Formats: sequence, structure tokens, C-alpha cells
Amino acid sequence: MHFGHHRSAALSAAVVLASAMGITLGASGAGAQELTGTLKKIKETGEITIGYRDASVPFSYLDGDQKPVGYAFEICKKIAEAVKTNLKLTKLEVKLNPVTSATRIPLIANGTVDLECGSTTNNVDRQKQVAFTNTHFLTATRYVAKKSAKLDTIEDLKGKTVVSTSGTTNIRQINEANTARGLGLTILPAKDHAEAFLMVETGRAAAFVMDDVLLASLAASSKEPGAYAISSEALSKPEPYGIMLRKDDAPFKAVVDEATAKLYKSPEGKALYETWFTKPIPPRGINLSLPMSDPMKKAFESPSDSADPAAY
Amino acid sequence: MFTDFDFGVVLSSLPYLFGTGMVFTLTLTALAASGGIILGTIIAMMRLSGITALALPAKIYVNFMRSLPLVLVIFWFYFLVPYIGQWMTGASRPISVGAFTSALVTFTLFEAAFFSEIMRAGIQAIPKGQTAAAQAIGLTYGQTMRTVILPQAFRNMLPLLLTQTIVLFQDTSLVYVISLTDFLGAASKVAQRDGRLVEMYLFAAAVYLVICITASTLVRRLQRRVAIIR
Amino acid sequence: MNYNWNWRIFFEPSPEGTGTYADMLLSGLSWTIATALCSWIIAFSLGSLIGVLRTLPSRGAQRVGTTYVELFRNIPLLVQMFLWFYVVPEILPGSWGTWLKQLPNSSFYTAVLCLGFFTASRVAEQVRTGIETLPRGQRMAGTALGLTTWQTYRYVLLPNAYRVILPPLTSEFLNNLKNTSVALTIGLLELTARARSMQEFSSQVFESFTAATVIYLGISLIVVTVSSKLETRIAVPGSR
Repeated sequence: MHFGHHRSAALSAAVVLASAMGITLGASGAGAQELTGTLKKIKETGEITIGYRDASVPFSYLDGDQKPVGYAFEICKKIAEAVKTNLKLTKLEVKLNPVTSATRIPLIANGTVDLECGSTTNNVDRQKQVAFTNTHFLTATRYVAKKSAKLDTIEDLKGKTVVSTSGTTNIRQINEANTARGLGLTILPAKDHAEAFLMVETGRAAAFVMDDVLLASLAASSKEPGAYAISSEALSKPEPYGIMLRKDDAPFKAVVDEATAKLYKSPEGKALYETWFTKPIPPRGINLSLPMSDPMKKAFESPSDSADPAAY
Repeated sequence: MFTDFDFGVVLSSLPYLFGTGMVFTLTLTALAASGGIILGTIIAMMRLSGITALALPAKIYVNFMRSLPLVLVIFWFYFLVPYIGQWMTGASRPISVGAFTSALVTFTLFEAAFFSEIMRAGIQAIPKGQTAAAQAIGLTYGQTMRTVILPQAFRNMLPLLLTQTIVLFQDTSLVYVISLTDFLGAASKVAQRDGRLVEMYLFAAAVYLVICITASTLVRRLQRRVAIIR
Repeated sequence: MNYNWNWRIFFEPSPEGTGTYADMLLSGLSWTIATALCSWIIAFSLGSLIGVLRTLPSRGAQRVGTTYVELFRNIPLLVQMFLWFYVVPEILPGSWGTWLKQLPNSSFYTAVLCLGFFTASRVAEQVRTGIETLPRGQRMAGTALGLTTWQTYRYVLLPNAYRVILPPLTSEFLNNLKNTSVALTIGLLELTARARSMQEFSSQVFESFTAATVIYLGISLIVVTVSSKLETRIAVPGSR
């Protein structure tokens, strides 16, 4: 299934599918149909594998006990429950597998992971490899630097060493900006967000280019939250985050889309958002204080899996 | 920023470092070493079989593995193992393989190339007369290998096999690149979380140093005993 | 899931805007070679020195050599990489540490130092073995001729020892070259790192890694060929 840019088409398709799913469920249950793809695998093995990140605060990260927690992680647990109900399983074992920015797409594609819960930007390019369910967050690319360095715009970075996480859309954007604007940057790829932030913290790089929400949470959970500033200039429009699943698996996607749409529209979805963005979160009890933006409210009221930033 | 050393952070993370990290490292080392030695012995026997159809693939395999950086091999297998699983079981989709299994397969196959070279030297060092004698008393090839050649080769080469296992123990730290939580992975996760790089990395280095020096001292002692038997 | 092979990907422009994916891999290759050669210079000279120390009659010299080898052989390379990159700048005096961290290409210099010191411990062991396998008469003959210890090593022992250990030294050289890939963890954009970036940008996992694999195999082949040519060339006539 390929939704491309057309939001209305995507929406109506999703609505049709969701309602079709609802009817099917009401009438006969999914078990009556011939199962295929991921659903078949889950039914046969009694297992679903969730991929989590180790430092995508507050989406998917390790808490004080090194257990995965987070906003997207909770959404995936809800999806797993919906899958269990849909397949009428008495027991569904949720297996966890760590992924990084660089490994998440191949691991979804090669079957290691069924759902990737983190902070993965949904874009048209990635839809050639994987599928995304409804958007759970919107964020723009900016950079964080030490306040003392007094950096604020993209031009300010000229000639500096910057870091970004390998395998992200952000590293691609900064590379493109570097060429297009002749910034003369040295761009280091880091293995994960924690390592990238560390490069700024230890003075190895002047700035870390990433989704602003992640930068805010990394700075907030650092040792000296007051020492960092996020650039005012952004490298991109706010882009949608989605939970990843395998491509060309319409029945599984339909179940996941339905589960997420139901969750986002419910008060439970709103409460989930508030738990992770407006209240103290583990491990250190920091509060990100990021109430729902208007586009985000819209994305929850009418869930969409469109990759187009203009759709939100 | 790091002027004040705080080894308290090491102390409080000890259960995680050893309970999760070191257990992973040791399990991976032990399983990969056992698998690697068995597979390595088979490869060594193929190379010494005198049958080109067996010897050539074995030789290519060993030289191939020894020419590649382990980091690249780890990436390869991390993405490839599910497809290999699919191919081997004839399943309709790639087999879901956990990160640990993937790492285990990688290290077993990679280290087998190195173990096989040790076993090959071990088998070749056994005097030809023994094979001849075994055949003269009517033992089959399998019996000769199992009861005469391999036990001696294995015993003679034990110190080298163990030394290679210590190298393997150090190499397992490279699973860091695929974000698995081995001992170093655990240490670096704590280091990054608490911003205590100096303490955590120095501590990790010290732990590896103590374990490896102790192990190689034991191997040297064993070597002396094996030498006497010979 | 079916994998879409696309071998033409190498000729497509990379998102970095500086050329094609093939150019990206070649730039990685040049960093790999530069790192391998620079670190080998350190490894070879320091390793020879340490190896010689371990064969000197002086107890103190032996102890220094042994300590060095034990220290650098018993800590995983990756941990050493982190120590050089993250720990050393912090325990240096403040301004030095900052200077080191803000040096352009600091991960290259760090990798060269780290690999140089690491591989030196392995070269040292080879050099020691090489010297120890020479007949004792050679050292005695040197002394009898009135050569100083330095001269004995320079003109008698080392030239012979290097000939003996050329094959193992070749494999240490190759190990050192392969080990440069560990430096991707500290941000060195060498061949494996570039193959990985290519995999991330293009999503063509297998093409990227196949290309890197072929390049590494090619380098090994060249090094081994050159080394065996060298071996016949420098052999002492009549020695084997």
C-alpha cells in the first residue's frame, strides 16, 4: 500500500480500511479469514517482536533499570494487545529487541522486528522499504549547542564540526544543507543519540543536529540542562513520526492502523501524551513541558499515516 | 567537567554491569568458542582430506574470513542471518532471529576460521606413522581421527585454542556496534546516562585486563604441563 | 519480503552531494589506508623497540617491555579506542584536552595513536620471537667482533630477525589494516563506516557490504602478494 502525498486519498483509504476491518471483526472475526504475513507469523509463533531504542527520550529509551519505556513504547504495547484480541490469542509473548537508527529499517525488513517503536520520521523515501502507521508526533530538525558557544542559526555553524546520528533523516538534511549552502562542516556520524549528545557535551563537536523534541529531552536530562540551547532556525518543517512495520502487509497494517487510530482519538491517547510530555518522566523525573501543539492535536483527532509535512 | 572522579557510579552499577553485561559476554564467549572449535575442526579436516572438492571450499572460507574486519562481518550477519535462516528452513519469509543468536552465529562462523588454522597445525604435527599404524590395525578414517589423531591434536593445541578464546573474549566487545548489552555495552550505557565516561571506561579496561591476564597466566601454566606430557 | 537488488546504486549521487556512492566508498578506502599506514609506522618502530627491550640482558628493560605488552594485549581494542578518545583528553591538563578535542580530524589522530600503540604490542612479540629463534652464536659472534649491544642489534640480530618474521609481520600489518574499522566507533569515516552510511542512505544493505567486502579482499590479496615478493627478494642467499 502506498499513500504518497495525497492526504485526502490516504485518509479516506484508511477510513475505508478501518471500517472494513470493523465490519469484518464484528461479523466473523479475523480467524475466519486466511491469515497472511506478519499476522500469520504471530498466530503461529504466539510471539510479536517490538524494536525499541536506547535513548530516544521520551519515545523509547532505557529507564534507570535499563528497561525500555516511553511514549512510543507504550503505543506499541497497545498495538500488541489489539493484535492479540484480533487473533483471539490467549497468550501473546511480547519479545523486545534493541534497534538503532542505522539498524531499524533492515531489521524490520528482514523479519527480526515486527513493530519499531521509537522516533522514526515517516517519509516517502522510507516508504519504499517499510510501512508506517498513523503519526504519533511531529517534529522539526534543529541543533543543540552549548549556550556559551552562542550559536543560533544554520549560518553560525560555518566551518564547525557537527554531529548527527547515523541513519537518520537529520544527518541527510545537514549533509544537503552543507553542500547547498557551502557551510564547510565536518559531519560526524554517531551510533545513537546519547553518543551524539556526548560529543557536544565533551566538546568533540560544536552542535548536534537532530529532531528538536529529542534535543530538548536530551538537554533536559543532561547534567547541566541550563548549559545548552536549541537553534531558533530549523532545517526542516515539522515532520511526522510513525511506528514502522513491514511493507506490503496490508492485513497487519490494517490492524495496527485501527488500533492506533482508536487510541489516538480516545481520551486514553491524550492521557498517554500528557504522561510523557507534560509530567515528570523516569529515570530522573524531568518534565519536558511540551503540551500538545495544534498540528499535533489535529493529528490525533484525524489520524493519518501521510509522510507529507504539509498534511499536518 | 570530569575533574571530580566518582567511583560511586561504578559501585552502584555493579549489579547491572556484571549481572547483565558480563553474563552476556561470558555466555557469548563460551558458546562461540565451543561452536567455533567444533566447526574449526571440521574445516581443518576438510582442508587436510586431500579431496579438492572439500579442501578448496575450506581454504577459501578460511582465507575469506581472515581477510575481513570483524566489524564488517558483524554488520553483514546482523542483516543476513534472518535470510540464511529462511534459506535453510525453506520458510516463506525471513526467520526472526534475536540479536544474541545473530551475534552467536557471527562469532562462531568468524572464529571457526581461526580455530581451524590451529587445529590444522595440530593435526599436521601428529607423526604420519600414527595414521599408518592405525590403518594397519584396520581402523577406518573416522575411527583413526576420533580415537587417535584428534585427541592428541586437541590436547597439544589446547593452550593455543584457549589463547584464541581469550582473543574471542576481547572481540565480543565489538557487539557494541549493533547496540547489544555486553560488558562494554553495559558500561557505556551507564557512562552515557550518567556522564561518567572516565570512571566507567577506566573500570571496564581494568576488568578486562584482570580477567585476560589471569586467564593467560593459567593458560601458560597449562602449557607447561602439556609440554611435559609431550 | 523480497530484496530489490540494484547494482547501479554505486553510480547514483550520494545525498552528501560530493559525488556518487562509489566516490563515498573510495573516500572511505583512502581513510582506511591512511590510518593503516600511519599507525603501522608507530607500531613497527615502537614494537621493534619494545621487542628488543624484552631480549636485552637488563631485568629492568625486560620488565618495561613485558608490562607494555601485557597492558596493550589484554584490553580489547575497542576499549582502548574509547580510552584514547574519551578519557585521555579529560585527564590531560584542561587546555591540552580542549585543543586535542577541537583538532580537525581528531578521530583520525586518535585512531592512529590507538592502533599504533595496540599493534606495537603484537609487533613486539613477533620481534622478540624472531630474535629468540636466531642461533645464540650470532649474538656471541657480534660481541666477539667487538660490536656494542646497539651495533649487534642494528647489524646482526634485527636484519636477520625481520627476515624470519616477515610472514607473521605481514599478517600483523593486515590485522592492523582490518582493525582500522574499529575506529568507526569514534567517528572515523573509514571504509566500513562509509559502507554503513551508504547502506543507511540508499537502503541497499547487501550491495554496500558486498562492495566493502570485495575491497578488503582486494587489499589483502595485494598485501600478501607484495609481501611474498619481498620475502624472496630480501632472503639471504643460501639461508633456505
